[in-house]
Amino acid sequence: MTDFTLWDIVRNLLLAGRWTVVLSLIAFAGGAIVGLALTLLRMGGLKPIRWLIRLYVDLFQGTPLLMQLFLAYFGAAVLGFDVSAWTAASVALTLFTSAFLCDIWRGCVEAVPSGQWQASRVLGLNYLQSMRHVILPQALRLAVPPTVGFSVQVIKGTALASVIGFVELTKAGTMLNNAAFAPFTIFALVAFGYFILCYPLSRYARHLEKKLYGAGIR
Amino acid sequence: MALVSVKDLHKSFGELEVLKGIDLEIEAGEVVSIIGRSGSGKSTLLRCLNQLERHDWGTIHLADQRLDGGAMSPGELSQNVGMVFQSFNLFPHKTVIENVMLAPVVVKQTPKAEARRIAEQVLDKVGMSEKVDAYPAQLSGGQQQRVAIARALAMNPKVLLCDEVTSALDPELVGEVLRVLEDLAREGMTLILVTHEMTFARDVSHRVVFMHQGRIHESGDPQTLFTQPRTPELKQFIASVV
Repeated sequence: MTDFTLWDIVRNLLLAGRWTVVLSLIAFAGGAIVGLALTLLRMGGLKPIRWLIRLYVDLFQGTPLLMQLFLAYFGAAVLGFDVSAWTAASVALTLFTSAFLCDIWRGCVEAVPSGQWQASRVLGLNYLQSMRHVILPQALRLAVPPTVGFSVQVIKGTALASVIGFVELTKAGTMLNNAAFAPFTIFALVAFGYFILCYPLSRYARHLEKKLYGAGIR
Repeated sequence: MALVSVKDLHKSFGELEVLKGIDLEIEAGEVVSIIGRSGSGKSTLLRCLNQLERHDWGTIHLADQRLDGGAMSPGELSQNVGMVFQSFNLFPHKTVIENVMLAPVVVKQTPKAEARRIAEQVLDKVGMSEKVDAYPAQLSGGQQQRVAIARALAMNPKVLLCDEVTSALDPELVGEVLRVLEDLAREGMTLILVTHEMTFARDVSHRVVFMHQGRIHESGDPQTLFTQPRTPELKQFIASVV
């Protein structure tokens, strides 16, 4: 068995950590785009559309992310699609993120007091004009803290992509441990890696929340 | 020809019949105060007049034009009937002048410069021209309500509806808002107010309408109505509020 120096371990983890960051960014950006489209459709759409979107949100919120990854990877293979671990992880995490963001953002739009809708309506603004000029700007300010907060869940969620063979931080940790057998050191470093990524975001979310209260909105 | 003409207006919320047949004619330039206990239907009547609530039966005409049942788009309605709320409902993310300019620019498509001129004019009318760049949160309740009045006036409506516009204000701030309404009344603006300010109803309005259990129970000129109420319900109401 070869000897691993601490630097060997750290270097390998850092290299794999890049893919954790990239996957998180893909999931978050994709999730935000899909989530925004779903939110707008859900707020203004026809009843069957709204019902479908709610079902979508409930499905993704009500099943483990791990199963979603399995379905995207192995399920797609059964159906005859040859998907890479990359594609499967990106798709599953994007859909998972979009479902949660759709629900968070719907809550933010609904949190804008009904008096704002009434005032817009009385001034003659139609639905889209009210949304654009009155409701969304206020909902957006409400949405930033919980959205940043949720991004932490996305980063930690990428760890599950290790089970379909996607080599990111966690998977790299497992592989290194198989070779070097220093579980305490290695997994502590892996955990620390996630902490380094997540902690600033948590702090930033808390800061934004305070700022929002300070501005007297809500 | 009355400016506002309401015929046989009915409105229910589920099982509860809130308006049980309202007939009301209001002339141009008239100031009408609607009084009554909470639950008597006065706010619902007001909200039907600009279709914030859809009534179940009856018609509303403005001048010669049908106003209800989708006959007017929200855009058209807003240029005929303005409304001021108890809770102001200013847009918190916009400055005073942006609040006032929004509807003229977005709904009427008035050019920005022209909209700004109109906004400055109406803000001057309510005595708020010093605060054009302030945000609503930086203003007192009375100031916010005056901006809300200016915002409604910027659409140049024929009628202004006021739904308990002083009820959310600290007592010392009520006067400044009532003075603005008095000025508007003097200039000939048609005002329909739901109000708990009996002194104001008596001194400024041309006519007082007393609502009771979804009907207009009694109406007439304020002096007679307040000094010689005909029905026991109105007598009781006056005794309880004065």
